[in-house]
Amino acid sequence: MLGSAADVRTVLGDLSGVDQVGLEARAAALATRSIKKDAKRTAIDLAISMVDLTTLEGADTPGKVRSLAAKALRPDPSDATCPQVAAVCVYPDLVATAREALGDAPVGVASVATAFPSGRAALPIKIADTENAVAAGASEIDMVIDRGAFLAGDLLKVYEEIVAVRAACERRDGTRAHLKVILETGELATYDNVRRASWLAMLAGADFIKTSTGKVAPAATLPVTLLMLEAVRDFRDTFGVQVGVKPAGGIRTTKDAIKYLVTVNETAGVDWMTPTWFRFGASSLLNDLLMQRQKLETGRYAGPDYVTID
Amino acid sequence: MADHAVPPTPLDYAPAPESRSIVDLQPSYGLFIDGAFTEGADGRTFKTVNPATEEVLAEVTEATDADVDAAVAAARRAFCTWSRMPGRERAKYLYRIARILAERSRELAVLESLDNGKPIKESRDVDIPLVSQWFFYYAGWADKLAYAGLGATPRPLGVAAQVIPWNFPLLMLAWKIAPALAAGNTVVLKPAETTPLTALLFAEICQQADLPPGVVNIVTGAGATGQTLVSHPDVDKVAFTGSTDVGRQIARAVAGTDKRLTLELGGKAANIVFEDAPMDQAVEGIVSGIFFNQGHVCCAGSRLLVQENVYDEVMERLKRRMTTLRVGDPLDKNTDIGAINSREQLDRITALASTGDEEGAERWSPPCELPSSGYWYAPTVFTGVTQAHRIAREEIFGPVLSVLTFRTPDEAVAKANNTPYGLSAGVWTEKGSRILAIADRLRAGVVWANTFNKFDPASPFGGYKESGYGREGGRQGLAAYLTSSDLQEGETA
Amino acid sequence: MSRLDVRKTYKLYIGGAFPRSESGHTYEVSDTKGRFLANAAKASRKDARDAVVAARKAFGGWAGRTPYNRGQILYRVAEMIEGRHEQFTADVVAAEGLTKAQAAKVVDAAIDRWVWYAGWADKLAQVTGNANQVAGPFFNLSSPEPTGVVAVAAPADDSLLGLVSVLAPVIVSGNTAVVVTSYERPLAAVTLSEVLATSDVPGGVVNVLTGDVAELGPWLAAHLDVNALDLTGVTDADLATTLEAEAAVNLKRVLRPSAPDWTAEPSIARMTAFLETKTVWHPVGV
Repeated sequence: MLGSAADVRTVLGDLSGVDQVGLEARAAALATRSIKKDAKRTAIDLAISMVDLTTLEGADTPGKVRSLAAKALRPDPSDATCPQVAAVCVYPDLVATAREALGDAPVGVASVATAFPSGRAALPIKIADTENAVAAGASEIDMVIDRGAFLAGDLLKVYEEIVAVRAACERRDGTRAHLKVILETGELATYDNVRRASWLAMLAGADFIKTSTGKVAPAATLPVTLLMLEAVRDFRDTFGVQVGVKPAGGIRTTKDAIKYLVTVNETAGVDWMTPTWFRFGASSLLNDLLMQRQKLETGRYAGPDYVTID
Repeated sequence: MADHAVPPTPLDYAPAPESRSIVDLQPSYGLFIDGAFTEGADGRTFKTVNPATEEVLAEVTEATDADVDAAVAAARRAFCTWSRMPGRERAKYLYRIARILAERSRELAVLESLDNGKPIKESRDVDIPLVSQWFFYYAGWADKLAYAGLGATPRPLGVAAQVIPWNFPLLMLAWKIAPALAAGNTVVLKPAETTPLTALLFAEICQQADLPPGVVNIVTGAGATGQTLVSHPDVDKVAFTGSTDVGRQIARAVAGTDKRLTLELGGKAANIVFEDAPMDQAVEGIVSGIFFNQGHVCCAGSRLLVQENVYDEVMERLKRRMTTLRVGDPLDKNTDIGAINSREQLDRITALASTGDEEGAERWSPPCELPSSGYWYAPTVFTGVTQAHRIAREEIFGPVLSVLTFRTPDEAVAKANNTPYGLSAGVWTEKGSRILAIADRLRAGVVWANTFNKFDPASPFGGYKESGYGREGGRQGLAAYLTSSDLQEGETA
Repeated sequence: MSRLDVRKTYKLYIGGAFPRSESGHTYEVSDTKGRFLANAAKASRKDARDAVVAARKAFGGWAGRTPYNRGQILYRVAEMIEGRHEQFTADVVAAEGLTKAQAAKVVDAAIDRWVWYAGWADKLAQVTGNANQVAGPFFNLSSPEPTGVVAVAAPADDSLLGLVSVLAPVIVSGNTAVVVTSYERPLAAVTLSEVLATSDVPGGVVNVLTGDVAELGPWLAAHLDVNALDLTGVTDADLATTLEAEAAVNLKRVLRPSAPDWTAEPSIARMTAFLETKTVWHPVGV
């Protein structure tokens, strides 16, 4: 869609500014919503179904990934009504292991790619990284943008890389792994940058925009997620194309997750209240959701030994 | 986006009511005079109701002339000791009150929402924290009066008669009582007829703080009681917040006396949105500008002035945002818009809004189901409004927004200033130099740039023109309760 | 035969011009011993109305000047009064029955008073405004702004020093003024008008009505386009009360009558009486 640096600047230049204080105040107000009883039950199950259960460690092994896959399939072994998570999220070399462990269950395999987490590699390497993950069976690719290029003002480079990686997501059969574009908002530093990067990614064909790698602090925050939800809402209003949002990193409690769901509900709207369009990139969050779920079922508070650790 | 699309799951918020058991409502309340609750002189009472349900909450005493006399006399007696007490001692009483207010904040918030109809999230997160903050701020002034800008030896004025409105019952009490006491005055305060309960709980807090008798006196009643109070010959200072019409009457009543007067009256604020505004935050500012506290706000941004080239975008965003507003039970923690404070006010809003229909403006409200009992008005926007419409000129004091457009900065300023009021204004643009230029030219006492409806005890608040005179908050708010021999005869601070 | 002197015609000063009263009325002004001095124009309610229109028209421009510029313009007025020292002295001798030496001292004091106020133009905001540290991420600044059109009843007795002492504090901050002069002693005010007319003070910033405050006062007090009322020179208590009550119609700021010692050091209170505090908030963020 965008052929030149001037095009990119024109489109992004039309975006309205973001007032930090106002944005954060709105997020704080949304965070005061009180979600109780049936609403809480609904929210917890929805949140579980939106989790991209993640392990992105140098120490990851096939055994670790198989455990994670088992957890993804049966988050609460004691309760068959507990929903499965949306996907597991791993490094490219463990995609095949994950896919195999998940079998044909409707749980996706998301692979980070493009020289995750820094993105500091040449484009051919990023493309090869992506193709490799797709070939291994990844249903979703979580790429990182080139923050250095973005901050240096080379927005066209960022845009063209996303376009290229999206092309690399195509499979031989003509289908395509879905592309999540990680903005690494903690490195973009300002909300104005987050809004521009969101639009840049969406214009380049992102299926999802994702806040963070989880390797940089701050990772996901409620204001930044609110801002990205505004962006996908406005993008759909403008182009009729729906894009998903994935906050990742730092969301650890049910209370937090519910704040995010409230924000989705009241910003992008109910159309995004599905794992098809909203995900949580998380690992420890799942167990807190499960403990809260058990509390609602039994009326007792659970402890860490009553949920599984993988 | 998974390979298989999963249908959305709506999240319908379950009721989340704040418990009212924390409030110990008595069936009837007396007057608070000279440190004690007393029966009124002739036993007349009136009822205060929960505007969300029309349930009677309590019987409240209607103060007579004799009661007002007694209260003013008690304040006069207390003035001798209170004004001579070292400032640091007065300060400690005020700090003590600030602490108790914070400790009892949940109880005060629930009671405020019960009696006023405002959402608990506002009484809990805005009103009551500010109340405590107000006392804390002015407590610190009590022993620093020499630095208030009135010379080395400023003096308190004497007995202050204070009449407050129903929209922020306890907060308006704090705005009045905290600076008055810090400066060494004593007070007789009359809360509004429809919202007397938190003022009476405040009286209890004064007892709890061992505040000397007579320093604070609370007399409940309607307009007649207020009139008696402000025209009482032994009152030195009158402070009123309320309608411009009543303010006018009070200004007439004090003419020719030595009473000092401050008035916080009505408003019809313009909230100006330029094409380069931070749009999502501007929409939030428009919403909080007019729907905060059901629009029962003298500084509400009740006239939205939108630059014509972004009008469609702003309206679309505003309407979408309004559909998420939750109207209903004030005690529900998720309620955004509570009940209209009284039948009388509801009738006034209804009547004035209907002139908008009659004069050809286009009315829009989001779909929302209003409770069957109590006083309710759906959040409402009128478009196609011009300066000639009554709804663009008169203060509605309800959740009703009038939308006008402009083409140039000059036109925006001209329209914003084209009102007898001058309390507040808003301006939204990302261009710094434009903010400063517009703020300079707006004839309003408070200008919120890229924000709206913010309050702080350190920040002076008050209007130009028919929005009244004097300032509350900050050093200026303190000066309104002081005089000084360093001023020339007849001069006021 | 001695030369026949050319007598001065005393006119009103409105919008920078010197009209006669619209009504055509004049009244006789005498010295303290009852000797005829001059015929002064007797301003009517329509003259008051015209003066308010002129003052309103001048307000935006005057208030919009930089304070430094207003201070310079007012200082220049002091220079011009100094240049007409003798004439002002003669006016004060005639009006107040002082000796020439006493009157010269009054003129000195009036000049010094004017200079004192002129110097305030660019300091008022520093003394009466403040940065407010609020409990949140907001820049918050309070600054003084002029109230608008101020109607002033000048002191009845002190025809020059009193006049200067009530007029200068009104206009130095950017207000515009409609002054009703001392009825009995208007001559110094007329001379001051002539100074102002040739100074850099824009027409309409000061409008001078010679006439009866009992007749003009009610019109000014009730006028919806007057923002404030200085009743300093109203000596009739009942009239002052009536005017203050009338002023409530549009919530005018009212400075009540007083008889200060004009030779004493003033405070800033006459300026702050006609100032509004404007507080501007803005978020602080990146």
